[in-house]
Order: sequence, then C-alpha cells, then structure tokens
Amino acid sequence: MTMPLGQFESVLGLYNYWVVIFLMMTGFYVVMARPNLIQKVVGLNIFQISVFLLYLTMGKVRGAATAPILLPGRTEYSNPLPSVLMLTAIVVGVATTSLALALIVRIRETYGTIEDDEIVAKDKQP
Amino acid sequence: MIDAHLPVLQIVIPLLTSPLCILVRANRRVMALVIATCWLVFAMSCRLLYLVSQQGAITYQLGGWPAPWGIEYRVDGLSALILLIVSGMGAIVITYAPTSVDREIPVEQQTLFYTLYLLSLTGLLGIVITGDLFNLFVFLEISSLSTYALISLGKHRRALVAAFQYLVMGTIGATFILIGIGLTYQITGGLNMADLASLLTQYTGDHATNRTVLVAFAFLSVGISLKMAVFPLHQWLPNAYTFAPSVVTAFLAATATKVSVYVLLRVTYTIFKPHFAFELMPLDVELMGLALIGILWSSTAAIFQQNLKRLLAFSSIAQIGYIVLGLSLASVGGVTASVLHIFNHALIKGGLFMATGCLALRLPSLDLKHLHGIGRRMPWTATAWAIGGLGLIGVPLTSGFVSKWYLIVSLLGTGTETNEWRLDHLAAVLVIGASLLAAIYVWRFVDVAFFREPTAEVEAATEAPLRMLLPTYFVIGLTLVFGVWPTLPTQLAAQAASAVIGSTH
Repeated sequence: MTMPLGQFESVLGLYNYWVVIFLMMTGFYVVMARPNLIQKVVGLNIFQISVFLLYLTMGKVRGAATAPILLPGRTEYSNPLPSVLMLTAIVVGVATTSLALALIVRIRETYGTIEDDEIVAKDKQP
Repeated sequence: MIDAHLPVLQIVIPLLTSPLCILVRANRRVMALVIATCWLVFAMSCRLLYLVSQQGAITYQLGGWPAPWGIEYRVDGLSALILLIVSGMGAIVITYAPTSVDREIPVEQQTLFYTLYLLSLTGLLGIVITGDLFNLFVFLEISSLSTYALISLGKHRRALVAAFQYLVMGTIGATFILIGIGLTYQITGGLNMADLASLLTQYTGDHATNRTVLVAFAFLSVGISLKMAVFPLHQWLPNAYTFAPSVVTAFLAATATKVSVYVLLRVTYTIFKPHFAFELMPLDVELMGLALIGILWSSTAAIFQQNLKRLLAFSSIAQIGYIVLGLSLASVGGVTASVLHIFNHALIKGGLFMATGCLALRLPSLDLKHLHGIGRRMPWTATAWAIGGLGLIGVPLTSGFVSKWYLIVSLLGTGTETNEWRLDHLAAVLVIGASLLAAIYVWRFVDVAFFREPTAEVEAATEAPLRMLLPTYFVIGLTLVFGVWPTLPTQLAAQAASAVIGSTH
C-alpha cells in the first residue's frame, strides 16, 4: 500500500513543528500542573525553548537560496534573522530563570518549603 | 537639533542611568539621580507630545538604517499621550517615594529599588515608543523582569510568592506574544509595525483563510490580555498589588496595565486592522463580554475585601474592563473613551494608591478593621482618598465622570440607526450599575475612616508628611481639574484615537 506523497509530507515534513508543539504543550502542562516551584521553572523553560525551536525552524530556506554563498551548488540556507532574534530571547529566558530561582531561594528561606500547596497552607495559618 | 533625537533620548537616558545608579551606590545620591532623570524624561515626553500635535507622527531610525530593515521608533498621537501618562506618573510617584521607601524597604536594598524603578519605567516607555514588534517584546521583558523584582521587595513574605506567581503568568503571556510575533514573521517576513500592516493586508482581507495568521492573532491577543489582566486572566494582579511596596503599587497601577492596553490597541488597530480583528474574528464580542463580566465580578469582589490595597486592586481589574469595553467598540468614539479612561484612571488610581501609601506609612496594617477613625487622625490623607474614590465611582466634577460619560455615549451611539436592542445598550446599563457597586466599596472606606471611633493604634497615628501629601494632592487635584475642565485630555484622547483609527485607511 502506498501512501500519497502529499499526505506523507504533511506529517513528516512538518517534523520540527510536531516537536515544537509537543514541547510547548509539555512545558505549559508542567507549569500549570506541578506544585513544586522548581518544576514550574523547568516547565517554563521547556515552554520558552519550544518557541526558540519554532523560530529556528522557520528560518530554514529551501530551494530559493539567493544569499551570496561561496560554495557552489548550495540551495539551502538559514535566514540569520530568526536566529539573531532568538539570541535575544535566550538572554531574556536566562534572566527570567535566574530571577525565578532567586525568588525560590528567598521563598525557601522564609517559608521552609517550595511546594505551592504547603505555602498556601502556611499563609492560611494566622 | 535636539528635537530630532528626542525619541531615542527618551529611552537611552533612563536606560543608561540605571547601571550608573548601581555604580553610584549611595542611597541619597541615587535617589536624587533617579528623580532628576524621571522629570527629565517627563519634560521630553511633553516636548514630544507638543511636536506631534504640531507636525504629526515623528519617526526615528536607529543607527540611520531605513525602516523595514532597521529598528524604527515611531511617535504618533496615541503613543505620545501614553508616553506622557507613563513618564508623568513615573515622575510624580518617584518624587513621593523616598519617605515611603525608607519605611518599607531595607536600607541596603534601596539603591536596587531606585535602579529597578528606572529600568521598569524605561521598559514601559520603550514598549510605547517602538515601531518594531520584536523590539516591543524585548522592552516588555525589560519592564516585566524589573517589575517582578520590585514586587518581591515588599515587606510581607507573601510578596515573594506574589512576585513568583506574576513571573510565571507574565512569562507565559510574554511567550504567547513571542509565538504570535514569530508566526506573523513567518508569513510576512516583516517585524516593523507599519510594514507589517501593509504586508498583512492580503491575509486580513475578506478571504482570510490563512491559518497561520489566525493563530498568530489568537496568540497575540491572549498574551496581551494576560499582561493587561483582562477578567479571567487577572489572577496575578490582586496579590501583586497587595504585597508590593506602596510606591511600586502606585506606579504599576498607574502605568503597567495601561501600557498593555496600548499594545492591544496597536496590534488590533494598526497591525491587523479592525476589519480583521472585529469583523472576521470575533474579538469585539469576546472582549466586550469578558469586560462586562470582569467589571461586575471584580467590583463585587472588591466590596468583600478586608484589605484596602486588595480592594483597590480588584477595582483596578474592573477599571481595565471599562477601558477594554471602549476598545472593543471599534469606533473613534469608543477608542477616545478608552484612551481618556486610561488617562483618567492613571491619575485616579495612582492618587488612591499614593494616599493608601500615606496610610501604610503610619499604620501597621491596611485591613479595614484597623483603619477605624483614621479620618480624624489623618484628615488630609483620608480626604484625598475619598476624593479619589469619588473619581472611581464617576461622580460629576471628577475626571472619572468624563470618561464614563464618553464611554456610555459611544456605547449608546453605535446602534442608533437601527434602533434595535443590542449588547451595547445592555453594556451601557451595566456600566452605570457597576458604578453603584464602586460606590459601595468606596463607601466602606469612608464609613470606616470618618464615622467610627479611633482604635488605640489609630490614635497613635499622625498626619503623613508634606513630602508625600503634596504629590498625592497634586494627582488628586488633577482629577478634579480635568473633571471640571476636561477639554485638554479629551482633545488629546481624540487626537490619539484619530491617529490610531486614521492609520487603518
């Protein structure tokens, strides 16, 4: 049985995008569902990194390489702009993560726990 | 000519002063430096507003690179007005700040506070002035990150949890915006807002079937709504406002969510155009519905709050609802009302939180049950709060009345030709009804402050120092001035609305 090429393309040809969506949803779920603050930060990181991947994927240019490439016969190249944008986004991500971790350290110092539900319970006590 | 470089100086000066603050270190000198910078920035935004009203939109190309390739700063009627509001409130709040900061923030962290304040202001101004979508994201993160840190400076340990919660929600919102920007870039290959507007016309016309554009728009609007604290996405706001230091709350309440509304105006009106956003996509009905539920729900929630700051925080969510309601009408009148309410609410809520900060200076707790009789011990502060509260209700002769009037007129005005019963008319009725709810929660403070016998801890309180009262009364006084003579803000708002709606043709 032969699969029509178009259908095959639309599943496997979008391989990167499947990975992006999978990572995005995983990260989003972890942020929302996990009570542990460190795990929330990990989820946030996965969520952000999926977006980096999205940008890098869209930077790929196939077949219409008009960039001045020295090596002959090259028709594939990466648009540098999305990569540059993601450098900035990575810096932002690092800053966010470090700030989040710093806050977690302070929360651990004052509450003695980094579990969301335990913090809420401690605040309910008079 | 210095005028030609004003747009970039507006950003560069505060951005470069903040690391300088860290180098200077000494608290008093840093304070003086930051206050001076804020007023300088305010003076520049006044000049920019004047120039824009004289000669129309100003563009500035960074590094001399022409627009679609380089980053462009663009100041039109709308951004000039928002710049004025943000820098003006920023300057007044920081002038008011030192006494409150001395009490609420440990000495060794005060330099950091002033630095972060300036960075946060820079980020907010940058969001408003930039004409480049990715640059907007970067400024959004500059302001957000410094805001998270500012909130965590609060005295109560719950400030840390509130800051963390805001960080998680804020980062999700910002990442949604980043996804939206990415998908838009994927389709058009552009990041400049004006360029995007023309590149997108072929996708946002009547046959808008390009799924990537639809998804990009959805991600952008949800992300911005999170930052704006529109009703179901507001959970981060009450805790953040309640546990942040008083000065930070006053600054954030007057500026941060307003700037996010500006971003939504830009994305829907300038980039994607109202035809796509409100006719092909149902954003108007969604926003109007959410705004109305938000107004009613949070006004009701505000009535049941025990803490004064938390009460005002819930009232802020309701007021965002009014602003969004105007925006969702997609008419010049609606946007004018929306922008006017951004202006008036920045003054009213800024003034109210400043008065609340005066109370926090003298009292250990801001729970209403600890405020009994405070109107007798701190009459000036309590009176300022009461006048601000009248503005919140929308009593005539206060500026809150003017913007609610404009909102109701434009709500009623949209259906006149068909004369049928529409959602807009229901909305107008609900706006008036919600003002009564506002009257109830404002009355709760007035009742406690003026009609109860002072408790022991209130007896010990003395009037707030002039250094804090004067800026508070300046802001509260402006709400009365613009309530009696609303010509200036109304003209500026109309100019802003025509700048943003005019760009759609």
